[in-house]
Amino acid sequence: MADSEVLHAEHRLEYPYSRSTGPVIGAFLTALRDGRFVGATGSDGRVIVPPTEYDPITSDDVGELVEVGPGGVVESWAWVSHPLRKHPLQSPFAWALITLDGANTAMLHAVDAPGPDALATGTRVTARFRPEAERIGAMADVEAFVVEGGAS
Amino acid sequence: MADETTDQGPVTTLATPIRLDFDFTPGVAQSKFLRGLERGEFHGQRCSVCGKVYVPSRGSCPTDGVPTTEDVLLGNAGTVTTYCVVNVPFAGQSIEIPYICAQILLDGANLSFMGLLQEIPTDQIRMGMRVEAVWVDESDLTPSLASVRYFRPNGEPDADYDTYKEYL
Repeated sequence: MADSEVLHAEHRLEYPYSRSTGPVIGAFLTALRDGRFVGATGSDGRVIVPPTEYDPITSDDVGELVEVGPGGVVESWAWVSHPLRKHPLQSPFAWALITLDGANTAMLHAVDAPGPDALATGTRVTARFRPEAERIGAMADVEAFVVEGGAS
Repeated sequence: MADETTDQGPVTTLATPIRLDFDFTPGVAQSKFLRGLERGEFHGQRCSVCGKVYVPSRGSCPTDGVPTTEDVLLGNAGTVTTYCVVNVPFAGQSIEIPYICAQILLDGANLSFMGLLQEIPTDQIRMGMRVEAVWVDESDLTPSLASVRYFRPNGEPDADYDTYKEYL
């Protein structure tokens, strides 16, 4: 049997889950859709981003939501030389833990940088949001972070 | 607070689909079976050691562990070895309930496979019933079991229990 007679087919297995966000994560995602970041105030006054629904120390409801970012500082990062199909960027990029201005916790996101030399712990970055019409209330509403004042 | 600047209302749900993309190949033996379906034919393979005919064939005999290289063209008729009447609705159901899901042993085959049985009331189905495949229109044939619309009684007398008792 010739190879050409052996069949191939794409097979997709998909579970179309949808999650309810709750009031706090929902507010965070709503803010992303508006092109902003919000964090939750904890019992010790720290600002948690992304916000949790419960205080990590007292387990009480978190306090007021406050606006943070869109700039921040890279705490730690890893360079991705060969992005995979489902990665947020298809050219080399960094996964980074970023502490947004006004926040006390770091948040994971992608940094679109020209190369690993452009990044260091402490590098200032800022969010590059997708155009408003494309934003749906999801982490991917932030296309990536970019180095402040950088070429990208 | 966040929906002050928009008329869309706050975000309350998040779509989080889980998706696995496969590039599937059925291999040489099952490709022959599927190519046969595309022509409106059932193709199997015979084991050179035990002589059993597998349809569909996986390319080897599970009993003897040898490749099955002899191709066998089977007919359109077979016997219901066992069956199930489906009365329970479930998500994604494409056939109106109740319907009959039957194990069908094609004449000349030594392996039964599952098929939809139609054109008979669900309370008249029985083990040993003789059935035949009803194919889709020639222009709709594809290398898939969807080429078989369903099986239906072919009017022959029921098969003797001894002819299919090994396949239950």
